[in-house]
Amino acid sequence: MPNEKIRFEGVTKRYGALTVLDKLDLSINEGEVVTIIGPSGSGKTTVLRCLMTLESIEDGVIRIDGEPLNMMERDGTLVPASTGHLRKMRRKLGMVFQSFNLFPHLTVLQNCAEPPVLALGVKRDEARKRAQELLEMVGMSDKHAHYPAQLSGGQQQRVAIARTLAMQPDILVFDEPTSALDPETIEEVTSVIRALAVKHSYTMLMVTHQIDFAHDISDRICFFDKGRIVEQGPPAAVIDAPSEARTQQFLSKVAQAR
Amino acid sequence: MDWRWDFTFDTVLPRILPGLWVTVEVTFLSFILTLVLGLVLMLARRSRSRIISFAAGEFIEFMRGMPLLVVIFFLFFLLPEVNIYLAPFWTGVLAMGIYNAAPAAEIMRGGLQAVPKGQWEAAHALNYSTYRTWRNVILPQAIGPVVPGLGNLLILAFKETPLLSFVAVPEMPDAARRIASETYRFTEPLTVVGILFLILSLASALLIRLVERHMLTENRYAK
Amino acid sequence: MQRSPIVVLVPIAFLVGLYFAVFSSVAEFLPALLNGLTVTIKVAVPSVLLAYLISVVAGLGRLAPIGPVRWASAIYIEVFRGVSLLVILFWLYFVLPEFGLTMSAYTAALLGISLNAGAYGAEIVRGAVQAVPKGQYEACTTLNYPVWHKYTRIILPQALVIAVPAMTNMTIELLKGTALVSAVTLVDLTAAGVRQNQMTYRTVEIFSVLALIYFCLAQVVRFSGVRIEQFFNRHLGAD
Repeated sequence: MPNEKIRFEGVTKRYGALTVLDKLDLSINEGEVVTIIGPSGSGKTTVLRCLMTLESIEDGVIRIDGEPLNMMERDGTLVPASTGHLRKMRRKLGMVFQSFNLFPHLTVLQNCAEPPVLALGVKRDEARKRAQELLEMVGMSDKHAHYPAQLSGGQQQRVAIARTLAMQPDILVFDEPTSALDPETIEEVTSVIRALAVKHSYTMLMVTHQIDFAHDISDRICFFDKGRIVEQGPPAAVIDAPSEARTQQFLSKVAQAR
Repeated sequence: MDWRWDFTFDTVLPRILPGLWVTVEVTFLSFILTLVLGLVLMLARRSRSRIISFAAGEFIEFMRGMPLLVVIFFLFFLLPEVNIYLAPFWTGVLAMGIYNAAPAAEIMRGGLQAVPKGQWEAAHALNYSTYRTWRNVILPQAIGPVVPGLGNLLILAFKETPLLSFVAVPEMPDAARRIASETYRFTEPLTVVGILFLILSLASALLIRLVERHMLTENRYAK
Repeated sequence: MQRSPIVVLVPIAFLVGLYFAVFSSVAEFLPALLNGLTVTIKVAVPSVLLAYLISVVAGLGRLAPIGPVRWASAIYIEVFRGVSLLVILFWLYFVLPEFGLTMSAYTAALLGISLNAGAYGAEIVRGAVQAVPKGQYEACTTLNYPVWHKYTRIILPQALVIAVPAMTNMTIELLKGTALVSAVTLVDLTAAGVRQNQMTYRTVEIFSVLALIYFCLAQVVRFSGVRIEQFFNRHLGAD
């Protein structure tokens, strides 16, 4: 029995009358790469944002390593999590955004070296050394003195990945990492993500519109529609031979667009 | 300190309220002048002639660094020397009208610039006449950002009218000062003036916010 | 407005020189005007610094998570933006003594001007902080930044850059506001000009010199603002 890393139990998220996540149940094992696909507005990104505590949830529990994320246990009952508890839980998570969200006033190296110093209390020299190694890994070490505005989208996203790794998370969360990129720079980012999934065996949860890429690297695909998982399973099943009508419809539309 | 309510209501308010009316009159009359001059300045700034455009640009920049009080005193002293005799009231209207024309021109220009270039090109491609282009395409889109800007300028103008009391326009602070110098009581007249200003500018700011919201719901394309 | 004020300052210096040559009477009243100018600068410089400080404190206070702090900032901003500077000056100098708080004309001028400009500046700071993209806040959350570092290292440095052009305009408005300090008996540049005019009746000359000096002061502010903006832009690699 593999180790369960993340577990969504009946998670519900509403914006006013609109239910974005409807009693979501999802479990992800250690080292597993799970990709969520689905039409826009289906709540895919919301899953990630709830996991990252960027959104509150109305009902349900999210557990990481069995420990509740948005709640904490006190005297045997669950109470809303304190800031300290949230900070502790978030240390296990690293997020890569669609729009990179690099800090524009810091250099590439500072972007990767400063967060560990300020948030984890890592020593400055150590953080710099580690940042340089990570930039090397994503192929951005020659641009360490540049500012984000001087880089292409693909380069910025690779720096953002290095920054996320610098925080030493167990779980990597990718929110449409290639959607804001020019077509010719997508490949440089996907190859970095692929290396992380294959060589470094991180637990990964990703939302993407790149169906082929998802097919390549995922252990499991979840097809999402209207705040629910319609169908999930290995790529060979969900993408190549979907059983649900809605999945077939979505995939054929995506295929047409290509 | 002692606040005297009878003094406030019997002496201060009856003498300051006419000053309030003068303030409102000056504000609106000068603002009409501001709109006309601002439009002229804006058109000059956008002129195809580089000399006119440059001159208008420099004039706007020049006026924006100039204190209103200097403009007021200048006209107040200059006009009689060139044999133009105006009541201080009208000198004040003139000074404020000219003074606010520069920012008004900038606000109008900003509104026009906010209309994407593609809109001009689309109107051109549809073979619209110049009149149709302005009337049906450009102005409806430019008016959205311009109205709140001009509204704020109007409030600013209103708050600047007290400066006219320097040249004895019988305006609120002027009235307050007269009461103070006759009775040696500063507290009531000056506080009443302050409160009246606060009420009026808060009310007008609220009004502008309402107009703004109304326009936003009317013109969905203004975002 | 993208242009180098230095280019404008040079012909102005030339024109001023020409002025001296043609209207020798300028020498008559210029010393008095320069005395006025020193008063204007003595009021303006500390007021600018104080106004910036107030802007940041009240602007952030307006966004504070603590209700009373937010309300106090909002009331301060609305009151001091709503009331004319002239009325504020009168009130500080003539009414506050009735409450037992007497201050010198200079202090009243400095306080009145910076409280008035600070209220406008606070709105600029608030707008700038809110204009920092939401993604920056989210990145700080996911990277577990402590609140203090989130603001001092990430949000405020970016807000500062956004605020520069509007703060430049605010500073020029403050400069123009110093023309009102004669209301509390200080003899600044404008007041000196008016006095000289009543003695010599050289209206056109006096007011031209006055206008040129104010224009140059405003250009110095504008120029500094542009330079600061350029510095930040180069630093951010946006050029």
